[in-house]
This record gives sequence, structure tokens and C-alpha cells, in this order.
Amino acid sequence: MINSNLPNNSIAISLVRPKSIFWLNLGKNWYRFSRNTLSIVGLVIVAGIIISAIFAPWITPYPEHAGPFVDFDNTGQPPSLQHLCGTDNMGRDIFSRIIFAFRGALIMAVVVLAIAVPPGALLGLTAGYFQNTWIDAVIMRITDIFLSVPPLILALAIAAMLKPTLMNAMIAVTVMWWPWYTRLVYGMASSVSNEYFVIAADLTGASKFHILFREILPNCLSPVFTKMALDVGWVILIGASLSFVGLGEQPPTPALGQMVSDGSRYMPTFWWMTIFPALAIVLAILGFNLLGDGLRDMFEKRVE
Amino acid sequence: MKNQENILLNIKDLHVWYRVYGGYLKVLNGVHLMVREGERVGLVGEAGCGKTTTMKSILQILPPGDFHIPQGQIFYKGQDVLKMSFKELQRLRSREIAMIFQDPTAALNPVFIIGTQIGDVIKYSAAFEENEHKETIKEQSIKALKEVYLPDPERMLINYPLQLSGGMKQRVCIAMAISSPRNLLIADEPGTSLDVTIQDQIMRLLNEIVEKRKTSIILITHSLGVAKEMTDRIYVMYAGTIVETATPEVLFKNPVHPYTKGLLASVPKISGGGITKGIPGKLPSYLNPPSGCRFQLRCEQGDPICSEKPPQLFEVEKDHLVACYLTQR
Amino acid sequence: MKFGSFLLKRLLLSIFVIFGLSIVIFIIARVVPGDPARMALGPRAPEEVVQRLRQEMHLDKPLPEQYFYWIRGVLSGDFGRSLVTKRAVSEDIKEFLPATMELAIFAGILMAIFAVLLGTLAARYKDTWVDSLIRTLSYFGVAIPAFVAAIIFMLLFGYYWPILPVLSRLSPGIIPPVRITGLLTLDSLIQGNFVAFWDAFKHLILPSVALSLGGLFQEARITRSAMIENIRKDFLSAERGYGIPERVIMFKYLLKPSLIPTVSMMGLDFASLFANAFLVETIFNWPGISRYGISAMMHKDLSVISAVIIVFGAIFVVANIIVDIIVAFLDPRVRLSTSRGI
Repeated sequence: MINSNLPNNSIAISLVRPKSIFWLNLGKNWYRFSRNTLSIVGLVIVAGIIISAIFAPWITPYPEHAGPFVDFDNTGQPPSLQHLCGTDNMGRDIFSRIIFAFRGALIMAVVVLAIAVPPGALLGLTAGYFQNTWIDAVIMRITDIFLSVPPLILALAIAAMLKPTLMNAMIAVTVMWWPWYTRLVYGMASSVSNEYFVIAADLTGASKFHILFREILPNCLSPVFTKMALDVGWVILIGASLSFVGLGEQPPTPALGQMVSDGSRYMPTFWWMTIFPALAIVLAILGFNLLGDGLRDMFEKRVE
Repeated sequence: MKNQENILLNIKDLHVWYRVYGGYLKVLNGVHLMVREGERVGLVGEAGCGKTTTMKSILQILPPGDFHIPQGQIFYKGQDVLKMSFKELQRLRSREIAMIFQDPTAALNPVFIIGTQIGDVIKYSAAFEENEHKETIKEQSIKALKEVYLPDPERMLINYPLQLSGGMKQRVCIAMAISSPRNLLIADEPGTSLDVTIQDQIMRLLNEIVEKRKTSIILITHSLGVAKEMTDRIYVMYAGTIVETATPEVLFKNPVHPYTKGLLASVPKISGGGITKGIPGKLPSYLNPPSGCRFQLRCEQGDPICSEKPPQLFEVEKDHLVACYLTQR
Repeated sequence: MKFGSFLLKRLLLSIFVIFGLSIVIFIIARVVPGDPARMALGPRAPEEVVQRLRQEMHLDKPLPEQYFYWIRGVLSGDFGRSLVTKRAVSEDIKEFLPATMELAIFAGILMAIFAVLLGTLAARYKDTWVDSLIRTLSYFGVAIPAFVAAIIFMLLFGYYWPILPVLSRLSPGIIPPVRITGLLTLDSLIQGNFVAFWDAFKHLILPSVALSLGGLFQEARITRSAMIENIRKDFLSAERGYGIPERVIMFKYLLKPSLIPTVSMMGLDFASLFANAFLVETIFNWPGISRYGISAMMHKDLSVISAVIIVFGAIFVVANIIVDIIVAFLDPRVRLSTSRGI
């Protein structure tokens, strides 16, 4: 690996905590990010989805179609200039409903990650710093239990036992989401704890709090951010899967999975009722994946 | 002992660049290096000055990707390596030149046993052999391992690299390099990653092999002492250029280039005398190297001409070349 | 041997994990609102009957005691009774599990083969159109959820281009083989019933492709990047420098170390394959345990839900141990050193 400035004294360098360099190196980071066209594509898709979801009531052609609206004269219209993605069995504009469905999907992703990531990361940080003690053992074995079954299965079970609402779907997914961050941060923190700058801080008598949050945590953050960007896509997927089987946002509020499922009953004649919501799911996951990959390339300073 | 006429390897004005953020790292900036048949050449210089890059260019084994050779030639027996066909290159690697890497742990594939790795080297090198071998690959492997004094070579063959100590791994690497006859060995700081005593053993082993087989060797080393003992000619490299070359006797007695002088002065004497003076400063950035002489920023005797264009190698006395304007006046 | 003790430790941990999972499931199943006995009997059952069932199910005891009775049953193979099928849950699992196993194994094989193939191709022809094509495909492959792929397959093959069957495991009119393993393809092969084999095989293709797509492309990307990373390693430069031909380097010295991360990920991908089976089996009307599980979820059939999740937990534990053994086979560092944590 070639670095632009070759270290002369590696020990001296490693005693100093690497700074969180994101803002200081904005130009360099942007170069790394934008070097890959796909990252830009991801950014554009994500920005498009977020902006259109926020301004949905103003930019969609038929905002009232995102609710209990029925227009029996216009049921099952194929895609046209009036209805970009056609209309559904109630005569509602599918395009408008998709944009509104993004709202629920994004809210779910943001809420799930906002609630699941901090405790997950904190547990991982603690276990990583106190590695090979009972604290490590207890935290990581509990994490193992939650990781032993894929999140979708337990989320389905939890959501099914509760009442089918968006709120309960969010609870179910959140319960399954934190252990992944515990494991991620655990791996990072346990290797960072053995770095010289942490040992040096320990020897100079820094408090545990300082070491955990000022020395170790900042060095674990970039993979966490990368994973969060990727996970927005995956939470949207799980949310869509739950709503596909009817566990999530209930009609008439639109949800992506529910639209795919409802539309599939009218295949193949009214294919657009299924295909366009399905494509919307794919587009959202694709966008967040590309963005996440771009962030990873940016944070991981490697020359490829 | 030296044959002045038979030039084995001749590197002329080699430039190698790596592509990174913000442009190219111009690592090699006109390297000239010559190895005659049977000659033992030492290459010294501080870490990061481009020694390994030069050596990997000879075998064309720079990691695939963003390197770029804007100019220069590497002649081996009169043929330019950079223009060789795939087959010719394969022959060069199998029969002519072998390289021993600095870190034996990184140089051995961690997931294959020693026997497989050394066996394949012998097997594919045999394709270029004129007369057939009567021994099996296994017998040849054992022979090579015995030659580097590895104990119990039979069992060594079924070991994975991680079961061996650093010194043993380096011996295995040397065994792989000499398992079929080679005309030129390149030893890239063999043993720098090992204990001092082991390092000494490895050096003695290399010396013995070179003496016995009469092969040429390029020995990259940090230690001027080793270079003095083991080589017929020393090249001093600084920031991607050769700054001075001479026989060890001349170089140690009459160093001319300020960098060489500094390098010699920074060797601590075992007889005492305190901390050495050393060379202040560090290597220049390869991204935006200074135009002209690359040593100018650390040089105590700077001159306006130094920053204009890079100095060329200039013969100050017979067989003693220096790239410095201060000597040319 | 060190590896033996590593494996033993791994096994003990797995048993612990399954027990932990059973506690988690039990707690979730008990804290949800609703009375299991009332749900089992329906709203119109008289109160005394419900009370009697409650006693029978030990619902009147404190939670730890309830757990004890439940886990004792589970350990002896008694998962209780299904509210939907009215049969013992263990009977149902025996009937439905093989169909899911057949699907998952087939999808897993597809995933492994094509992932390594595509990953190697992309790395070998890095920065050419082959690489770009495979990478573009991967981005979409990873982003297409299994249930979306299943729906698209239904549309394409069910209506427009009916060359492959899209529903159930066997066409009507084909005589199924006598049940030995429960895997239709295997059973029919054993019995020499090639008509049934071919038909069962055709039924497997679409659901397993839909299931494997995501994992397949993710694994292909991992293989590719592992290869590209290893290409830069000193040992490959060294091997190339010793004159070993490019194809041997590629398919021997580069492939083996690069497979390690791919195989390590397999366990996780196998798990997500089972998770996706919940939706894919429902769409393709595949009579497997996932479809059984999802119908139980819709009916709040608690004993079935707990049983299905525990069975899946057990399957993943076994799959992960197999993955560990394969990784240890590929990587002597795992086999010969104890330094690797669990």
C-alpha cells in the first residue's frame, strides 16, 4: 500500500490518536467518494427518494390518492402521461402512492436505526474494551442469541403476535437490529483497545470514560456510519417484507410491500400494479447500497 | 574474478510512478544500475527510497494496478525486460533471476504447505530446462531445503508457513529461490524482520550460496557494514535516484555525495562516541518532488543550480560515479 | 488436537445459544397480549373449559415454571399442538421440513457455485467489460428482494413464457416417490423414478433461483474483492517472481485464500436464504416449513411459531458449524492456532 507521506517513525505516530478526519479532509474524501460514478448514482437516487418523500404532498400529481380514495371510473388504467405508473384497483394513481409509501419506509428506517444503533454500539464498545472479562462474555453471548436467527424471521414472529401496525413493525425490527452493531463495534473496539494510543492514554491515567468515548469510540465510527447507510436499504426491505404479508402499515395508507402483494392478485393483466411498487423497492435498496459502498470506499483509505 | 565485459543486468534511467489521490507518486526518478556476471552488488538507502520498487520492476512483479513506467529500460543479457513477451518473462523468472523478499512471513502463501509451494516452483521451472532431471520434484525440494540447512526437510515439506519460525521461513524462501539454477539473486533486506543473530546466519548462508554457485547478487541492505563485507560494488540510493556508486573500499574511504557522507556518519560506532550526527530532515514528498536534485532540502551545501535540473551521474574517479553538482565544478 | 477443542467449544456455545433463543422466544410468546388458552379454544368456548386447558398448559403457574414445562416438552420432541392443523407440531414439522431443506440446499448449491464463478471471472478480468457487467448485475442482484424476484418470475414464467412450473413441488398426475428422505429429487433418484425426478427438479428451479439471487451476488462481490486484495500481497508477487504460470497463480495460489471470506459469509447467507423462504414459499405455494410458519403467524399459533423458530435456530447452528469446519479446512491458521476467538 502506498501512502502519500511515508511514516518516518511509526511508533511515534501510533501514540497519537488518529483524528476524526472527515471534515478536515472534505476535498480528499469527496475525491474518494466521487471517483466511483456508482457512488454518485447512489447519492442521486437517495437524495431523490428523500426529497420526494418529504415534499410528497406538493409534488405528487394526486396527493389525495394516498388515502381512502376511490374512483371507480379510473380503475386499472395502464401507465400513461396522466398516471405515470397506472392506477390500481381503486382507481388511485400508483405513482403518487409509491412516493407516499417512501415516507413510511424512510420513517421506519430512521426510527429503527436511531433507536437500535446507539445501545447496540454502546454495548459493543463496552464489551470490546473489557474484552476477556465477564462483561464481554455476558454481552456477547446475549448478542449471539439474537444473531442466531435471521432478523426477518423473529421480526415476522414479533410483528405477528402484536397488532399489525407500522409502529409494531418498527418495534419488531428494532428488537432484531441492535446486535449487528454490537458485533461490528465489538470487533473494532477490541482491536483499537490494543493500539498504542489507547495503552498510552491508559498509562497516563486517563479515565475509563475518556478512553471509551474520546479515544476508542471515534475510531469505530466510520464503519458504523457506512453500515447505517447500507442498513437504511435493508430496513426498507424488511419493512416491505413485513407489509407484503400484511404486517405493517394497513390500507388505505400505502406501503410498498402491501402494494406489491395487492397488485399480484391482478397479474398478469394489470402487471403495473405490482411491477412499479416492486421496482420502487429495488430502487431504494439499490440507492442506499451504492451510497453505502461509496462511503466505505471513502472511509477505507485504500488504493485500488 | 570480475569480468568487466559481461554485463548481466543494466537498468537505464528507470522511472516508476504510482497513481494516487492528487496525481502520481513519482517514486523512481531515473535509476541507473549495472550488474556484471558474478558481481555482488549492494544497494543501500533509507526506507522508502524505492529500492524494493526497483527490484520488483526487474521481475515485473509490481502489484497489478496503478503503477506506470513512463520511461527507462531494464536490459537483462542485452534484452529489454519491459519489452519481453510473456513466455520470455516466464523464462526470466524461472531460470535467470530470483528474488528473496524482505519479510518471509508475507512472502509465503499462508494456506499452502511448504512442499506444494517449493514443488510448484521446481515443477514450472523444469519446463524451461534443457536436460531432464532424474530426481523427482520431492527429491529436488528436499535437496534445496538441505542446502539452506533446514533440519528435517522431509517433515518441513508438510508444514504450513505458520508452523515455522521467521528464520526458517526465510531459509525456505531462499531454498525456493535457489531450487533451480539462477544467474542473479535479488535479496531484499533478507532478515531485516528477524532477530540480529538469525539475520547474521541468513547473511552467512547467502554469502555461502553466492560463493559456491558463482551467481551474481543484488543485496539490498540497511547495514553499511554488511554491504562492505559482502559486496564488490555499492550503489547508494536516495529518493528514487542513485546518488553514488563505487567499490566499498573507495566509498568508505572517500564518500563524495553529501547524502553518502551523512549515511556513513550516522552509523553508530561500537567503540563509542555518543549518538551520531545523522542526516536532518526526511525524504521529500513523492507527490510533488522538488525539481532538480531531490536531496537539496537536506543538503548543507545547496547551490542555485541544484533546484534547476536533476544532476546526472558523473565519474569523479575511475569506477566512482556521483550525481551531485558540487563535485562537477 | 487444538482444532478438536475449538470445535467442542463451538458446539457448547451453540447449545447455549439455542437455549438462550428458547428463552427469548418463550418470553416473547408470553408477554404478547392475549390468552393462549382462550385463543386455542375460540371466543365462544365456556370459561370452565378454558380454565381447564389453562391448567393443562400450566398457564396458571409462574413464568419460570411454565418455561420449565415447555422446554421439557421441547427436549422430548413435544412442541405442543397446532391450532390450525390440529395435529402435533412435531408431526407437522416432520412433514414440512424436508420440502424447505430441499429448496434451501439446492439454492445454497446454486449460490456457492455461481458466486465463486462470477467473482473469479470479475477479478480475473478486472476493469474490463466482463467485470463491469458482473458488478452491475451484482448491484441489482443484491438489491432485488427474493419476494420481488419471485413475483417477477411468477409473471414471466407463469403467464408469458410457461416453460417452467411455478406452483408446488410436483405436477398433478406425477406419481410421487415413496418417502425416504422427504427430498423429492433425492427420493425419486434412489427409486429410479426419473419422470418424477425431472418434474421435481423443474419445480425447484424458479423458487431456488429467486431465493439464491441476493446471497449469490453478495458472495460474488466478496470473492472478487478478496481476490483483488490478495493480488496485491507479497506472496503472490513472490510466486509470480519464481516463474509460476499465471493460471496456476490464479486458480490455486489466489483462489484458495480468497475463498476463506466467501465461505465464512456462507453461514449468514444460508440463514437469510431461510428467512426469505418465508415469503418465497408462500408465493410459489411450496409446502414447506416456512409457509407453515407464516400461516401460524397469521393465526397467532404460538406453539407452532416457537417451534419453527427453534428448528431454524438449530439449522443455523449446524450450518455455522459446517461452515467453520470448511473454513478450518481451507485456512491452516484457524486449524493450527488457538488465537482465533469465537
